Amino acid sequence: MADSAKLYDTIVNGNAKDAVAITKEALAENADPLELVTRYMIPAMDEVGRRFECEDYFVPELLLAARAMKGAMELIRPLLVERGAEPSGRVVIGTVKGDLHDIGKNLVASMLEGGGFEVVDLGADVAPEKFVEAVEQKSANVVCLSALLTVTMPSMKTTIAALNDAGLRGRVKVLVGGAPVTQQYADEIGADGYAENAGAAVKLARTITKV
Amino acid sequence: MLGDLVKNGPVITDGAWGTEFQALGLEYGQCPDAWNLTSPGRVEKVARSYVKAGSRIILTNTFRSNRIALDGYGLSAQCVSLNRHGAALSRQAAGEDVLVFGSIGPSGKMLVAGETTGDELYASFAEQAEALASGGVHGFVVETMSDLGEAVQAVKAARGTGLPVIACMVFDSGRNKDRTMMGVTPEQCGPALLEAGADFVGANCGVGIEAYIPVCARLAAASGRPVWIKANAGLPELQNGVAVYRGGPDHFSSHLTALVDAGAKFIGGCCGTTPAFITALRDRLG
Repeated sequence: MADSAKLYDTIVNGNAKDAVAITKEALAENADPLELVTRYMIPAMDEVGRRFECEDYFVPELLLAARAMKGAMELIRPLLVERGAEPSGRVVIGTVKGDLHDIGKNLVASMLEGGGFEVVDLGADVAPEKFVEAVEQKSANVVCLSALLTVTMPSMKTTIAALNDAGLRGRVKVLVGGAPVTQQYADEIGADGYAENAGAAVKLARTITKV
Repeated sequence: MLGDLVKNGPVITDGAWGTEFQALGLEYGQCPDAWNLTSPGRVEKVARSYVKAGSRIILTNTFRSNRIALDGYGLSAQCVSLNRHGAALSRQAAGEDVLVFGSIGPSGKMLVAGETTGDELYASFAEQAEALASGGVHGFVVETMSDLGEAVQAVKAARGTGLPVIACMVFDSGRNKDRTMMGVTPEQCGPALLEAGADFVGANCGVGIEAYIPVCARLAAASGRPVWIKANAGLPELQNGVAVYRGGPDHFSSHLTALVDAGAKFIGGCCGTTPAFITALRDRLG
């Protein structure tokens, strides 16, 4: 009998091998895949995010947990799709034009994926029109913009303007983040939210998409 | 040469290059290192400004000139010549009395995420170090490293040339801003970097000079050697679309004594510092 409760621990501890093994065993015993996700996996990622926010966890722990989550999700997602369940949301993410830093953005992308979102990662130095194109093609409902340089922060504003001009602003929520970015700046440029770190980003994405 | 400098009290190093280039017209998103080939006059100008300001060691404009980082700019084919020219430009500006240390920065890829491997990093840093050595550097500064594993590869690669190596990490994370992004402490970094072949260890960038005083003391204790510190001028704020660093040369240099007391022997500045910061440090040293 699979010990599903242990799934929570394996993800919090970043043990991908055991996370996959327990998920496999549980599914073989006809466990409800959605229940595995909502009862153990998402709370585990929430705990990882919390530990990261209060700086008990650092980047390596975060990545290992996201990897364990991803491993388990790969087994579960096809079953959810079969049932017609939609992902929590579709996120288009990228580092804005002029900025080549992608480590922080990659962390947020991993955590969002771990949190059950479908993530389209456009990479770094992404022009506003690329964001527009991706939002259109993927019918995304969330756009995450990252900037590590104070001087590239204005590219967030131009990206939001481009979404506006394309008539897409109404159907996507725009979240911003990165070392120099603040809540005040997010408000100034008309973003829908700001997150200080990857854990907070997932929580925010969830609240804002009302899942 | 380095030994003599260390014996004779604190050594003032240089300040930021990237932010100086921006003042000279470098556009955001452009690779500053490319100027070694396309605008050598401006690179030499910044190098000379630090020599004139009182630096005893200056670095090279090669922070991003490892093959992996250059790839992001589409410049990897020019890897060797960017490093050679960068070294030569700093040597020209330095003259006879100032030492030139080759700057080796991070790859921008994360080992822990599987984006690169230790072998790939080593090969990339070794290629850079050899090119810098052939350009005439007196030693190396492995700097702005967030990941100890990557720093170790860079130190080993630089050590392979037989020249002195200084290894600096960024401590800007954790509740007390005294850990690397990966959660590693000064106590863990010091011995690991020495074991990899570093002559001295240190810290650069970070969240401003105050936070580096306790970090410096801990690095000194962990390594048992003088420490290299290049703090930035605090975090920039955006004012009317322009990045502004609020701490000035006076504020910055007022921490010199405390840093020296904490074991710092090589002192300079990172992002946002200018030749005026270096002159302020030199003047306080007397």
